[in-house]
Amino acid sequence: MKRIATLLLAVFILGAIAVAEGTLSINGAGATFPYPMYSKWFDEYHKKNGNLQINYQSIGSGGGIKQVTEGTVDFGASDGPMNDEQLKAFQDKHGFPILHFPTVLGADVPTYNIPGVSAELNFTPDAIAGIFLGKVTKWNDPLIAGANKGVSLPDNDIVVVHRSDGSGTTYIWTDYLSKVSDEWKNKVGKGTSVNWPVGLGGKGNEGVAGLIKQTPNAFGYVELIYAIQNKMPYGRVKNSSGSFIKADLGGVTAAAAGAAKSMPDDFRVSITDAPGKTAYPISSFTWLLVPAKFSDSAKRDAIKGFVKWMLADGQSQTEALSYAKLPKEVVAKEMKALDSIQ
Amino acid sequence: MATTTTTVPSAGPVAGSRSFLTKLRDGDEIARLITFLFAASVVLVTLLLVYELWRESYLPRHKFGFGFFITSVWDPIFDKFGALPFIYGTLITSIVSLLIAVPLGIGAAIFLAELAPVRVSDTLQFFIDLLAAVPSVIYGLLGVFVVIPLMREYIQPGLKNSLGFLPLFQGPAYGVGFLTAGIVLAIMVIPYIISVSREVLLSVPRDQREAALALGSTRWESTWKVVLPFARTGIMGSVFLALARALGETMAVTMVIGNTPTISASLFSPGYSIAAVIANEFTEATGDLYLQSLIELGLVLFLLTFLLNGLARLLIVLTSQRGSGMGQA
Repeated sequence: MKRIATLLLAVFILGAIAVAEGTLSINGAGATFPYPMYSKWFDEYHKKNGNLQINYQSIGSGGGIKQVTEGTVDFGASDGPMNDEQLKAFQDKHGFPILHFPTVLGADVPTYNIPGVSAELNFTPDAIAGIFLGKVTKWNDPLIAGANKGVSLPDNDIVVVHRSDGSGTTYIWTDYLSKVSDEWKNKVGKGTSVNWPVGLGGKGNEGVAGLIKQTPNAFGYVELIYAIQNKMPYGRVKNSSGSFIKADLGGVTAAAAGAAKSMPDDFRVSITDAPGKTAYPISSFTWLLVPAKFSDSAKRDAIKGFVKWMLADGQSQTEALSYAKLPKEVVAKEMKALDSIQ
Repeated sequence: MATTTTTVPSAGPVAGSRSFLTKLRDGDEIARLITFLFAASVVLVTLLLVYELWRESYLPRHKFGFGFFITSVWDPIFDKFGALPFIYGTLITSIVSLLIAVPLGIGAAIFLAELAPVRVSDTLQFFIDLLAAVPSVIYGLLGVFVVIPLMREYIQPGLKNSLGFLPLFQGPAYGVGFLTAGIVLAIMVIPYIISVSREVLLSVPRDQREAALALGSTRWESTWKVVLPFARTGIMGSVFLALARALGETMAVTMVIGNTPTISASLFSPGYSIAAVIANEFTEATGDLYLQSLIELGLVLFLLTFLLNGLARLLIVLTSQRGSGMGQA
């Protein structure tokens, strides 16, 4: 018994040494929203390429941008694109640019709790912006009721609920509000945390969902995946073509396809309020942030290999985890952009 | 054992003025040095903490100056940062929690130490120690699933109907807010107050009680007029411990306070605390000014704790001088 244990230990140690010698380790850090998808991808890719280990820490988009700029990780990940200032900071520090690669798509859905109302509500952009600006304060306001003929909405005060922690979910929501409302754009703006005009803050999707479930007449937003996995009811949103869309993975991909035609070469594009008949308007890409130059050619090839695999085989695994996949146009464009990494 | 006892007398001849080396060999000096290092490390860590917070908050200190403490806008998009609503929220929730926890905690401690049979006292003490060890996120969940619905459905409407003329109890009843955070904090800190106060009360010498009883006082009179004043300093200590925990509590507070930077006289209003905003926004804080403003908030919390501790100590000194002299402890 003891001998077997010793033998096993020896084999294990030898194996560990062998693995450690042949393994290339790549480190990344950033967004939390795509973390379940990324960790599945890295795992699958490791199974195919035993000598490549990709480690990813979901420390938040801000942290991802910071760490990749400082050079402490090989790549970053973010729910919002880096702004010009951040791009310049990277260029100044390293002497070459950083590239954005969209990986999957996410979306926010409006959710609510009105006692006595079980119908799926329709929301116009004006209604959502009005509620979040604190101008539409009653559920029976004509801005809401006008889009919901036949539903009797109560004369109760709306309790607005938003995220209290900085998050990509908030970035998408405020990016959408900035597009559909000039007042929001000038007064509040878009970001992972903003100065909310009204409302209560809940920590995380679960915090917001908890507050909405508990508070009568509450209105707020959560991530689509969270709503799907927890079977939460949510409303339809009017898109730029005038049709009310209930968010699903297809609608989110459609929004990305609608935006693909006017896609800039650096992929830094917001697809909220995108054109397209079936496009869901509150959607967004999430990005990998990859430096354009690597001093270590093994690392460069490994990252390029992974992104290529992610764009081809990886995309077929997204829907099992409730992520919306990239439209074909974007995939083709990204494949081209990959070649520019040196 | 035999070897050690023989070495000590061997240092006998120079016992009066033992050289440093001999003392070192005896172990006294080593023990003194090592324990001194341990004690010094506490001071060192504190100083390093302040230094780091000070250094890392350079930008907001220079940009906002003293205005940081008195402005109430917190806007990461337009780079405007003011700490006032967070300071207010931290203070109000801590004060509310102490107002509830101190009478309850000291009352319970008096019962356990003075009136309850020993077996009951020890059994209850076991449960109290257990409560003190519960992680704060559990108290947060208790707040979300029990306290918030109770507040919204019964307590807040009840307070509004009976005491609604006071500005403290006005405005819509969301369930979350200063009062709810204060109550959850009170539940969290009561075990500390009970546990420490009970120990302090139990350590009051029997003579004190017996003397009071011999002079003809009732049991309650001896507790109230002799034992409590004697134990006052220790009980105050338990209150500081509770205050420190309430000031710095993060998870449970952020789950029930509403996370909205407001300054309102109403305890029903949602608010925000310093620890909660740091925990919420630190991970996604992009931009140096934003990040450093959060670090300056940490510095403010440190100062606040420092100031309140100082004030509390001053209070002890003042009251024990004015006191009848029984509270020598």
